[in-house]
Amino acid sequence: MQPDSLTFIFLDAFLINNFVLAMFLGLCPFLGVSGKLETASRMGMAVVFVMLVSSTCAFGINALLIRFELEFLRLICYIAVIASAVQLVEMTIKKFSPVLFRSLGIFLPLITTNCAILGLALFQTNREYDFIQCLAYSLGAGAGFTLALILMAGLREKLELADTPDVCTGAALALTLGGLLSLAFMGFAGLGG
Amino acid sequence: MMKDPRAPEALSWSVFTQGIWRDNPVFVMLLGLCPALAVSNTASNALAMGLATTFVLLCSGVLVSLLRKVIPKQVRIASYIIVIATFVTIVDYAIQAISLELYKALGAFIQLIVVNCIILGRAEAYASKNHVINAFVNALGMGVGFTFAMLCLGVVREVLGSGTLFGVSLFGPDFQPWAVFVLPPGGFFILAFWLFLFAVLKKRKQVRMAGRQPKSETEKEVARAT
Repeated sequence: MQPDSLTFIFLDAFLINNFVLAMFLGLCPFLGVSGKLETASRMGMAVVFVMLVSSTCAFGINALLIRFELEFLRLICYIAVIASAVQLVEMTIKKFSPVLFRSLGIFLPLITTNCAILGLALFQTNREYDFIQCLAYSLGAGAGFTLALILMAGLREKLELADTPDVCTGAALALTLGGLLSLAFMGFAGLGG
Repeated sequence: MMKDPRAPEALSWSVFTQGIWRDNPVFVMLLGLCPALAVSNTASNALAMGLATTFVLLCSGVLVSLLRKVIPKQVRIASYIIVIATFVTIVDYAIQAISLELYKALGAFIQLIVVNCIILGRAEAYASKNHVINAFVNALGMGVGFTFAMLCLGVVREVLGSGTLFGVSLFGPDFQPWAVFVLPPGGFFILAFWLFLFAVLKKRKQVRMAGRQPKSETEKEVARAT
């Protein structure tokens, strides 16, 4: 596969360098919202959506900053733009689709401080992707995040019924599961060739 | 008189120690896990990350505390984020100037200090309500606590994963490193291991305390009966 082909960029973010399990981005929702399968899949949807929006915004902002030679303001601009974009998305959804708002509602503000979103914007800048590549990258990253979250939620739902020792509860157990999942995802490392 | 919960806390030793042990950001509050797992693959990376985060914590804590009467309530979070982002940009350029090698090893995680929830959490929960000196001391405690946690992870991962400590070989050439511990899964496993360890120790302490209590009661009864 060509390293700059759209398929490779998508697969790279989706499986090979999975945002949660290989790059450790967005661990807070990964541990916090993975209790139930249904909430996990909604959170995943919200993240995919916000990633697409913020990746597009970041691409535009970066072009502007380079035009005016203000690259040192990049971080401040990105975080401000992402925060306001999330707010804007929230208001738009509330206005046009109350049903969607009810299912995504509480997750949207949480996403602002999700490091996966800012990470995506920074990585796409560092790798100098063009606009279409940015879209593929953000779709892959969002899909990868959703996949990890759903796998984790499925495992944790089963684990509720399992008989574990007293000390092995909560975060420590969730982290062990995360480690096992991460181990499994390392198998995809050969996919890039 | 009822104590106002929003009143500034008096400066005491516990303002400093809170962040180091009782409310350790990584091990107790489980905040800032992303950088804690991502850059703790060697002890020196972990130390650098801990120090960079401490610097941002200190500067943003002091500035937020100074501006606490100026920032309107409605836009406080946005203002805190801008303050934090400014200091992170300074750290980013400073590390790039000091050591390019370190800069490459830490990668985008220096810039991602912005979204480290420890910093925003401290700004919102402590610095915005307390005096500058308190905010400084508290931020220092949190920073030391975070650095300590980073070192706990970094040292174990580096010793097991590559058989070295701060780049110095420990076990000689015959040592077969457990590569998994410097790879992503190792981060999860080592943090889980520390949490298990703390849970076991806490449980033991509880059992010991509970064991002592009824014993003294029965001793008293025996003493009374005789």
